[in-house]
Formats: sequence, structure tokens, C-alpha cells
Amino acid sequence: MGKKHKKVLVLPCSGIGKTYGTLAREIAYEMVEQVRPGTATLTCLPLLIINDLNARHLITENPVMTLDGCPRDCAKKTVEALGKKVDRPFQVIKFYTAHKELKPEGITQLNDAGRKLAKVAAEELAATVDELAGQEK
Amino acid sequence: MEIRITKVGIVSCSGEELPGGTLCRQACRKVLEKLKPHETVTICLPLFIAGGEEERTFASNYPTITVDGCEKLCAAKATEMLSGKPSKSLLIPEILKKRGLALPTKLRDFGPEEEDAAQAVAEEIAKAVDEVLGED
Repeated sequence: MGKKHKKVLVLPCSGIGKTYGTLAREIAYEMVEQVRPGTATLTCLPLLIINDLNARHLITENPVMTLDGCPRDCAKKTVEALGKKVDRPFQVIKFYTAHKELKPEGITQLNDAGRKLAKVAAEELAATVDELAGQEK
Repeated sequence: MEIRITKVGIVSCSGEELPGGTLCRQACRKVLEKLKPHETVTICLPLFIAGGEEERTFASNYPTITVDGCEKLCAAKATEMLSGKPSKSLLIPEILKKRGLALPTKLRDFGPEEEDAAQAVAEEIAKAVDEVLGED
């Protein structure tokens, strides 16, 4: 039986000009700090832009989930520019579409609804992290 | 005819893995929203590589200030690689050392202590904006 993955990379776009960039970042922090610590892990997206060897190794060796804040899919495209197919790409607006009562606002700091939406989204994504972590290398 | 440059692009590293990345992002937003709202625009760093022609063109034609949260200098390197040499490259650990402030230790939920650090970095960015615009 092959070895299973131990880590799943969660890469938000962190777009600085939009609420949904902040939401993507907050969801990623919820995942690595609260929902799946030890399995979900981060690396700095800008490290991939400058082709940092360690960051590149991390995404090459582990399953990758991207969280993008707009249809330009910067996080997904940054990973793909390095020749790695993203295992699970998400646009975070889908979580707002599914939970219209939680409208995220703010960029520097999300409002309470946005923070709650990040928690809900992270919980919903936990199964995907588990699935990816359970795949054989 | 002399054309006066009135806008500067601010490129934040926003690195997700380090507190310096979050501080970087907070400080840049302060500059964009409060300290220099009419003189600055933000440029999404990941958009450079995702084929954001608008961002690349802006950064080629206008001055940029990069702000990095650690010595790897991703924002400065990526801007230079994909668009052009930044007018100024700021490094958060250097700014905080100069101001006698500690680097935050958490990735989010900044409190008053981290707020002081963000304000200090924002002031240094604003000063750099004045210097860049004053040079033209």
C-alpha cells in the first residue's frame, strides 16, 4: 500500500483590494489554526511567484487547495504556472452564495458576518482536506 | 511638456505564512484608505503572475513601492521580474527595528500592540510615497 499524504496545502489569493481576498485568507487561517491543524498547512503565495525552492517543493509533493477571491483565479494560476495541477480550486464567493445571511464586508478586518462565514466555510472544506490527505502519494 | 506623476502603486507581499505578511497587508491598507488615498493605488501581487495586464502596465509606467514582511523580498523581486524595478523597497523588520517595535507573533486578530506596528509601517510607507512623488 502506498504512503498517504500528511499535509494539504491551502493557498488563499489574499487579494488586497477586495473583501473576498480577505475572506479567502481568513478561511485559510481557520483551516490551519482551528479546523485541521497539523494537516492543513500554508505557504506564502508570493514565494511561489518568485519560484522559491522550498515552497515549490511543498506544492509539488502535497495536494493543493486554492481559495480565490475573484474570477481571475490568481492563486490557482500561480500554482499552475509552476506546472502543478490544483487538486481542488475554489472561489470563495460560493460560500456567500450558499449562506446569504452572512454577507462579508471590510478588507482590513472582516465584519462579524464575514468572520462567521470564514468559520462555516472552513468547516465545510474540512471533508475535502481529509479526502486529499487520505489519497495515496 | 512635463508630465507630473501623481499616483504610486503599492505592492504588499501579504505573505500568508508569517505575521509580517499580515502586518504588511494591514499597513498598506492604512496608506490606501487613510494616509494617502489620493496618491496611491494597490496592486495585487498575485495578479502580476496571473496575467493581469492592467497591473503590469501600471507598474511599468508608474512608480511602485514594494513592502515586504521578510528578507525573502517576494514583492520586490516579483515586481522587478514581471514589471520593472520598484522606486522604493521597504522591509518591515527594518522599519520596526528603527522604530523600536517588535514584530507581531500572530497571523491574525491584531490588537493594540500590533496596531502600533501597523501604524508605524504605514507612516514609513506614506513618507516613501511623498519622497517618490517629490522626485518627479
